[in-house]
Amino acid sequence: MANPVTTPGSKRPTLVDGARASRTSIALKLLMALSGLAFVGFVLGHMYGNLKAFSGHDAFNEYAYHLKELGEPMLPHMGFIWIMRGGLLLALIIHVACAIELTRRARKARPVQYVVKKHTGAIPASRLMRWGGLTLFLFIVWHLVNFTFGKVNVETGETGDAAGDPYNLLVDTFDVWWMTLIYLVAMAMLGAHLHHGVWSSMQTLGLTGTAEARARVKTISFALAIVIAGGFSLVPIAVLTGLID
Amino acid sequence: MNLTLKIWRQTDAVDKGKIHTYAISGISQDMSFLEMLDVLNEQLNEQGEEPVAFDSDCREGICGMCSLMINGEPHGPEVTTTCQLHMRSFNDGDTITIEPWRSGAFPVVKDLVVDRSAFDRIIQSGGYISANTGSAPEANSVPVPRDNAVRAFNVATCIGCGACVAACPNGSASLFLGAKITHLGELPQGQPERWSRVVDMTAQHDHEGFGGCTNIGECAAACPKEIPLDVISQLNKDLRTAMRHGH
Repeated sequence: MANPVTTPGSKRPTLVDGARASRTSIALKLLMALSGLAFVGFVLGHMYGNLKAFSGHDAFNEYAYHLKELGEPMLPHMGFIWIMRGGLLLALIIHVACAIELTRRARKARPVQYVVKKHTGAIPASRLMRWGGLTLFLFIVWHLVNFTFGKVNVETGETGDAAGDPYNLLVDTFDVWWMTLIYLVAMAMLGAHLHHGVWSSMQTLGLTGTAEARARVKTISFALAIVIAGGFSLVPIAVLTGLID
Repeated sequence: MNLTLKIWRQTDAVDKGKIHTYAISGISQDMSFLEMLDVLNEQLNEQGEEPVAFDSDCREGICGMCSLMINGEPHGPEVTTTCQLHMRSFNDGDTITIEPWRSGAFPVVKDLVVDRSAFDRIIQSGGYISANTGSAPEANSVPVPRDNAVRAFNVATCIGCGACVAACPNGSASLFLGAKITHLGELPQGQPERWSRVVDMTAQHDHEGFGGCTNIGECAAACPKEIPLDVISQLNKDLRTAMRHGH
C-alpha cells in the first residue's frame, strides 16, 4: 500500500488517487438501480396492455395499433414506440454493463471459495440475480423474435405478417403448451428478479434508512413481484385453458 | 464431547493450503471455541506437529480480532464473536469445518490468520474527525439530539472483525463502511468532513478489492454486533448526496 499522496491539482490529499463519487462501485449500483426501475415502469405498462387480451380480439388489436400512432401528430408514426425502444435499449446496456462489471469485481473479491458456506439471512431470489438476469436476457431475445421483429407463429409455422394479427399470434403461441411453459418459467424468473431487485434499488438509492422503511420496501417489492409476474402469467394460462381463444 | 475438526492449514501466504482432519476428545461444553482450539494445539504440540495458527486477543468479544468461518458461518452459529462462542452450541460427534475469512483484500497469513489491514486503510482514508488541539472543550457545548446519539452509538459498536466481508457473496465490506459512515455522520463533530469522507472511504474500499454490495443481507445476519442493514442505505444516500455536493 502506497503512502498517502497529494495529487497535483486535487483539493485534498486522499489515499486513492483522485477519489470521485462518480467513480465508486456505489455509482455503478446507482446506475443499476435507476435502469432497473425504468424496466419496472415498462413491465407495468406492458402487463396492462397484455391484459387487454381479456377484452377480446378487437380491443387487443386496437390497443396494439394505437401504440403505433400514440402521440400523433406531435410524434411521427411509430414515434412513441421508437422512443420507448431507444430508452429501453439504453437502460438494458447500462443495466447489463454495470452487472458485468460488478460481477467481475465480486468474483475477484473472493479468489478462494469456502469449503462450507451457509447463506444465513439471504432470500433465494437475492442469490439468483445474475443467473436470473441472464435467463431473462435470453428470454427477451426470443420474445422479440416471437412477437416483435420476426413474428414467429410456432403453431402454423408462418412468420412475418403471415403469422397473424397481434391477437391471433398471441393465441396461437400460447396454444402450444411448451411455449406457455417457457413464458411461465420466464415470468417466475422475472418475479424473483423483481422481488430482490426492487428492494435492492430502494436500498441503493438510500431510501431505506430505518427498520420500518426496510420492512415496508420489502413488502412492496414482494407485492410488485407477485402482481407483475402473476399479471403476465394470466394471459398464457387463460389461452392454454381455453378461457381466451 | 468428541469432535471431528476439518481445519484449513496453510504454511504461509504463498502456500496453496488444504483442509486437514483432526479427531479431538474430552472437550467440555463449557469451553469456549478458542479454548477448544487451545486443547487441539496442545495435543498437536505433544505429537510434534505444528499447532494451528488463529487470531485472538481480548477473548471477551470486544476487540474484533478472532475471525473464524465455522461450518460456513462467520463466528459460528450464534450471534457473537468466536471467542464468546461456547462448545454447548455443538453436539457430541459433530464435524466442524473451520476456515479463514475468504477475501482477496484479507490475504491469508498462515492457517486461519488473515491480514485485515485493508480495514485500517479504509479508516485512515476518512474515518476520523478534525479536532482542534488545546484543552478539551466542555462536552455539553455541542448538544447531540437523542435519536442521533443512539444511532451513532449503536453502529459505533462495530469492532471491525470482518465477518460482514466473510459472509458477503460479493466479498463486499459495505456493512463495515456503512457503520463507520453512519457513526460519524450522525454526530455534529462528523459534519465538516461528511461528504469527502464517504467518497474517500468508498474509493479506498474499492481500491482494496472488496466487491460491490447487492443488498443480500448475509452481512447483517453474520454481524456479531448486530449492525443493521440500513447503514448501507445511509452509506448510499451519503454518497449520492456527496455527488450532488460536487465530490
